Amino acid sequence: MTEIAIRVEDLGKQYRIGEQIIGYRTLRDTLVDIAAAPFRRLSSGIRGSTSIERQETIWALRHVSFEVHPGDVLGIIGRNGAGKSTLLKLLSRITEPTEGIASIRGRVGSLLEVGTGFHPELTGRENIFLNGAILGMKRVEIERRFDEIVGFAEVEKFIDTPVKRYSSGMYLRLAFAVAAHLEPEILLVDEVLAVGDAEFQRKCLGKMSDVSQQGRTVLFVSHNMSAILNLTKKAIVLDEGCLVLHTSTEEAVDHYLASGFSQTGERLWRADEIPFTAAPFRPLALRVLDPDQRVAETLRSSEPITLEFDYTLDKAITGLRVGIVLMTNRGEYVFTSFDTDALEQFENFSMRQPGRYRSRCHIPADFLNGGQYTVTVIASAFRVKRYFREDGALTFNVDSTGSPGAHWPESRPGPVRPWLDWQIEEISVDDIVA
Amino acid sequence: MSVVDAQREESQLSLTIVKPSRGWAGVNLRELWSYRELIYFLIWRDIKVRYKQTLLGAAWAILKPFFSMIVFSVIFGSLARIPTDEVPPPLFYFAGLLPWVFFQDGITKASNSLVSGRNLITKVYFPRLAIPLSSVVAGVVDFCLAFLVLLGMMVFYGYRPTQAIWTLPLFMLLALATALGGGLWLAALNVAYRDIGYVTPFIVQAWLYASPVVYSATLITGDLWQVVYGLNPMAGVVQGFRWAILGVGQPPTSSLLASIAVALSLLISGVLYFRRMERTFADVV
Repeated sequence: MTEIAIRVEDLGKQYRIGEQIIGYRTLRDTLVDIAAAPFRRLSSGIRGSTSIERQETIWALRHVSFEVHPGDVLGIIGRNGAGKSTLLKLLSRITEPTEGIASIRGRVGSLLEVGTGFHPELTGRENIFLNGAILGMKRVEIERRFDEIVGFAEVEKFIDTPVKRYSSGMYLRLAFAVAAHLEPEILLVDEVLAVGDAEFQRKCLGKMSDVSQQGRTVLFVSHNMSAILNLTKKAIVLDEGCLVLHTSTEEAVDHYLASGFSQTGERLWRADEIPFTAAPFRPLALRVLDPDQRVAETLRSSEPITLEFDYTLDKAITGLRVGIVLMTNRGEYVFTSFDTDALEQFENFSMRQPGRYRSRCHIPADFLNGGQYTVTVIASAFRVKRYFREDGALTFNVDSTGSPGAHWPESRPGPVRPWLDWQIEEISVDDIVA
Repeated sequence: MSVVDAQREESQLSLTIVKPSRGWAGVNLRELWSYRELIYFLIWRDIKVRYKQTLLGAAWAILKPFFSMIVFSVIFGSLARIPTDEVPPPLFYFAGLLPWVFFQDGITKASNSLVSGRNLITKVYFPRLAIPLSSVVAGVVDFCLAFLVLLGMMVFYGYRPTQAIWTLPLFMLLALATALGGGLWLAALNVAYRDIGYVTPFIVQAWLYASPVVYSATLITGDLWQVVYGLNPMAGVVQGFRWAILGVGQPPTSSLLASIAVALSLLISGVLYFRRMERTFADVV
């Protein structure tokens, strides 16, 4: 029996609401906070010390226990906010757990974000050393692997240029190259593949599978189910901070895709969110539905996807068209489509009476590529008035499991991934000569 | 594969325990030492980046105290005619400004260091002390550059360094300890309360006038004031600096002990507070 590489026992992390859970803060928040701070202090002084315990808290992770053997590659799946990143942050000691214990045998390298500590003013060469040191590499190690890193990143010509002059692609390649040449016994990887172009993602995946074949222990967080399937044999599923499943990757992915992990597949409009210029059009709800008509955040590309838009008309509108613009999260357009595109519909609904409506459309199976998509909704009368438009009203993930070519662990460029009718035939040499 | 194996043998697969910690924690010097290369690179980065994309580059290390010297010489020397211990005002002010600017830069940069290094703190683990430490230490290079100018000025005014010049590193250490101690407090507080970013300039300004930079320490008379003065380590540093280089004023003997004691307690309390708050940095910053 070999030693355990990572043993996690009853690990838990509690956040005070308003600390980490709120994703980002605006300058206004900060200003308001600064202005309110003395008063808050004052009021907490009056209420006494109990106010600290009364602050609302949330468990980002709780009662999580599992073991990883040396050389295992463990996938971690769960929807946004399930505690995946928190788990990696605890294991890499960026933040402390509130309860429980984890013992880790071996040097830990974490790739929670590529390019950590890159300084725009420094050259590529300088950043390799700085970033390497930050990631825990010794200087001799960096020197030894320097040429390899530069080669992998394909930035030889620009190695003495400040990285602020780099294109975003070069920047990412260099950042990943440094991280990819870390040689720890245990590697924690979070969503590195969410950035960069398809070519870069393919390279990352290739490197990741190299790493896992070298017998190193890897914990791998990703929304990309085919990457998880290809790189890991076992996986854990997290939901609302709890470990719900620790099993083979296939089973975990099926569970994840099948269970209604549906919190963000829906956009509901409150009355105060609707601009008054939209009147008499009032958006109510936008949903992404799986084949069972359940609201879903992640859908399979091998199954049809339904988009459903509910709205109310307070007055009749002539020539109204309601539609969607689908874009990838990298901002590429996939298509624009309106509910009155068909001539028949256009004539039937030339004048839309007051009332409540639902416009829905179906994206066929085997059409979208894997990835994240955003939906923009539009309600307008052509060349008369745009009543309402919301960019990125909704985001959903498409998982490319079962789509064409999914047996190759790579991401494919392009927003669509249809089955095309391929024929392969052998043609004799004579034909070529002729 | 072979590389990994070699490392395995070498590191004997160190065991890391992740668990909640309670109460006060001391400095883990061994851990800090094992991260010495990172600290070195952070210092190196701070020095490299400091004057990037400036026209004059590292000349700013000299110009900053130089401009202040001119202003002080005109206002306090020529207009207000504050006595400068018989030393030409420019030399008097410049000698005082050198340790002061080192201290001021150190404490200001340190207090802001965690906030500006937030993307490091939230993405990688390393002893957090490395960040404010490197911002303070990086100032040594600026100091050394400006010190060369001071030597030039001494030649110009016909001053020769005194025998006591060997005590200079001692005063520098005292300034460093004070800057780091204060910087650790402010940095840790700044993580939770961004007010510190607004307060620091005022603290530094008040501290400037509480130290004999624009005036001579000989102006401070009366036992009570002397004692109060001794509580400000920077008073001892500035006074001692002028004494060690120019041979003016009193050697800050009795008050020096008090200064050292105050600086050390500031440093130790700063480290303790920093280490206590350190656990939540990544969550709060």
